[in-house]
Amino acid sequence: MKLLFEKSVPGRRSYYLSDLDVPMASLPENLCRKAPPGLPELAETDVTRHYSALESRTFGINDGFYPLGSCTMKYNPKINDSVAGLPGFAGLHPLQPIEGVQGLLEALDMADRCLSQITGMDKMTFQPAAGAHGEFTGLMLFKAYHESRGDAARKTVVVPDSAHGTNPATASMCGMKVVNLPSTADGRVDLVKLQEVVGPDTAGIMLTNPNTLGLFEQEILEITEIVHKAGGLCYYDGANLNAIAGVMRPGDMGFDCVHLNLHKTFSTPHGGGGPGCGAVGCKSFLQKYLPGPQVQKDGGRFTFDQSDESVGNILGFYGNILIVLRALAYIMAYGKDGLPLIAKHALLNANYLKHRLAERFEITNKGLCMHEFIITMEKEAKASGVTAMDMAKAIIDNGMMTPTMYFPLIVKECLMVEPTETEGKETLDEVADTYIRIYDALMADPQAAKAFPVNTVVGRPDEVAAARNPILRYTSVDS
Amino acid sequence: MGYLLNTDLQQQEMLDALGLKSLDELYKGLPASLIRPDGPDIPNGLGEQGIAQAFGRMADKNVVFPTIFRGAGAYRHYIPAVVPAMVGKERFLTGYTPYQAEVSQGTLQSTFEFQTMVCELTGMDAANASMYDGASAAAEAVTMCKDRKRTKAVVLGGVNPRTTDTVKTYCRAAGSPVEVLSAKDGLTDLDALAAALTDDAACVILQQPNYFGLIEDAAAIAELAHSKGAKVIMSVNPISAAVLATPGECGADIAVGEGQPLGIPLSFGGPYLGFMAAKSAMTRKLPGRIAGETVDSQGRRTFVLTLQAREQHIRRETASSNVCSNQALMAVAASVYMAAMGPQGLKEVAMQSYSKAHYLAAELDKAGFKRAHGGEFFHEFVTRSPVDPAKLMAHLEKSGILGGLPLPGGEILWCATEMNSKEEMDALVSLCKEVLS
Repeated sequence: MKLLFEKSVPGRRSYYLSDLDVPMASLPENLCRKAPPGLPELAETDVTRHYSALESRTFGINDGFYPLGSCTMKYNPKINDSVAGLPGFAGLHPLQPIEGVQGLLEALDMADRCLSQITGMDKMTFQPAAGAHGEFTGLMLFKAYHESRGDAARKTVVVPDSAHGTNPATASMCGMKVVNLPSTADGRVDLVKLQEVVGPDTAGIMLTNPNTLGLFEQEILEITEIVHKAGGLCYYDGANLNAIAGVMRPGDMGFDCVHLNLHKTFSTPHGGGGPGCGAVGCKSFLQKYLPGPQVQKDGGRFTFDQSDESVGNILGFYGNILIVLRALAYIMAYGKDGLPLIAKHALLNANYLKHRLAERFEITNKGLCMHEFIITMEKEAKASGVTAMDMAKAIIDNGMMTPTMYFPLIVKECLMVEPTETEGKETLDEVADTYIRIYDALMADPQAAKAFPVNTVVGRPDEVAAARNPILRYTSVDS
Repeated sequence: MGYLLNTDLQQQEMLDALGLKSLDELYKGLPASLIRPDGPDIPNGLGEQGIAQAFGRMADKNVVFPTIFRGAGAYRHYIPAVVPAMVGKERFLTGYTPYQAEVSQGTLQSTFEFQTMVCELTGMDAANASMYDGASAAAEAVTMCKDRKRTKAVVLGGVNPRTTDTVKTYCRAAGSPVEVLSAKDGLTDLDALAAALTDDAACVILQQPNYFGLIEDAAAIAELAHSKGAKVIMSVNPISAAVLATPGECGADIAVGEGQPLGIPLSFGGPYLGFMAAKSAMTRKLPGRIAGETVDSQGRRTFVLTLQAREQHIRRETASSNVCSNQALMAVAASVYMAAMGPQGLKEVAMQSYSKAHYLAAELDKAGFKRAHGGEFFHEFVTRSPVDPAKLMAHLEKSGILGGLPLPGGEILWCATEMNSKEEMDALVSLCKEVLS
């Protein structure tokens, strides 16, 4: 389809503003840009048709099964968008007096208390805009803590090889050295190796639990104890919190600090790549270092002040506040008794689908899995050339989103499947039947496997050409 | 309860298939001491009606000012109805990052169009898919400029202190120095800048219009920085960018900015939208997601996420940034806004804001609120205040007006946009006079 710019008709426009009711002031010529920006010239009809067409070329959560492993693509309740968009929240200026935002601070305080309870932490900040931003916050807290004790030599961060790429990248951003920790044969943290790598230079460890292989770190209490005994701190990457929220708490496991992806566990829409919220919680001894202002209840009034010892700000204002409101609405919908059912049904659905698929696929998780599991097609790739990519692209052709492909990096030809709790058994049965049917068809004709998808608006893209000769913006043929 | 789907019967069938007696058995084998049988200590669940009512009550406790003369990084502009309508489209709202290009052409093309518009606004060669906000975009831009020898960021005195604070945090994390200069009569002191541009200076961060609303001589600043071997990061307001000389024309290496004025509500500070664009020489140093054009297996135009070899999921600890999720949906809002406004509409927003700010400055001047600086300004300006700003603000708030932002030293930073009618501005000035008398 055409780009906005290719639909532009010179002279066409929409009218949105009232007439100017003061004298037009003129901007000195020497300050002006030479030519107006090359924005498209369109009427509102053109704009709405364009975005309707774009929307039809996008796959959303409500288009079908969306099992992206580690992304927790659960249903996004409509009420969340509705309450977050209330003018009483969306119309607030970030620099208006605190007296006029008491209702908003009440909501943030409630979100803080609920999330602190769920994670076993003492205080939250909502300033981090995404999970990676939360990781950055966490390591800054660690750094501030060690420096405050005159223990500034602690500059290494232990990261398991199954970790998300953001963990090591974050450590580097914080001027720390990454110690990669190889996993045991069954995919968990190797306690012996961990004991070997920690020492007086250890700032801390970054862990996801359950890890990216869908495995719970059984020896988590031993892991955090080893790190603490070496003088380091423990960071919980909340990417997989959906497996345990309401049932177990990172705080009880010995973690000092966590980030939550509110856009995963707490159902806020992913927006095609944000805005999310990487809320960070910490134990009380780290609280004074948190970035951004903190909500406190002072009698009947809420205050919003920043600690003098804060690591500083990591965003211009206070975070993606309207996302926090959505997450709070979601927590309120489940409440004390309901919340643990989220994790339990996420596990039930994952285990049931794993059980159904095990008749045809090799699955790396033996026994019960947590909220996700991993299919490996290494044997098929070797034997007949049918890869995880081929499987994924054929799945797309059947009107479903793929599982996460080729992650974690330590499992070859893998597909990571996370159904989430917002699917019913009948859908999982249908998915299992479809996957098995696709698998059989691919194996029957491995040559044809490379052609998929064929039912989509475009086929497999030439990614090599895209990177070799980057075209990153539209340029009109005339220019 | 909540949004679960399995009925009791389905749950039983699934447990039977797994050979389990209860949901709790899904956690069997895990450390028993960690399992909390009673659930978290949070309030009981509510139905949707109860949630709507609870949020309605909290929203009603807030004060939404019908009239706002405060900017300082967050600006109230008219948002055409088409913007929220397009942003609310379910697939844009709920889709994941577009890794599967075949079923994400809508998101990818929209990102490609956004990148093009950012390049057009800034006069740069390539833009990324978005950053968290303007402040963090400036902070990440510093990383792009550093090398082994040059690590220092020089932040001009006219940069929004919130941006400066964010830059400092990022630089402290990386262990690299920051030098923040003072402004002279609200503008950059070129002599002080020359002195700060030592051999280890990696970049200068410049804001246009600056925090005090003044229009900097960006070209002169860029020339000076380049002559000393430093790169130039220029943070621009996207509305003023429609009319002012572009970062590209001024010689900047990287343009960043806060995209909130482009159709995004004030929202108590977020979600907002960081944008970032660079000259072609620095394209491969851009952090975050970038959409690019290619072809599919049949030669059809196709959009993909590209240059991923820069990113954390490939490079891990050697990546220069950890950013992945950004503000994609806010980029859709800004794109729809710019497409709907078009070049003419955007220029009108800019010139109405400019004209109204100049009217307001003149009227306030007559009332005794003299401008603190002499230079040209865009839609914000600083005045001295003949009365205690706190007393003035309290008086204005009683009439539903959020006045300018009190600055340290008793000055006030005012802002006007197309949203402020002459009637409102005249009412503001009358109220100011009341406080004086």
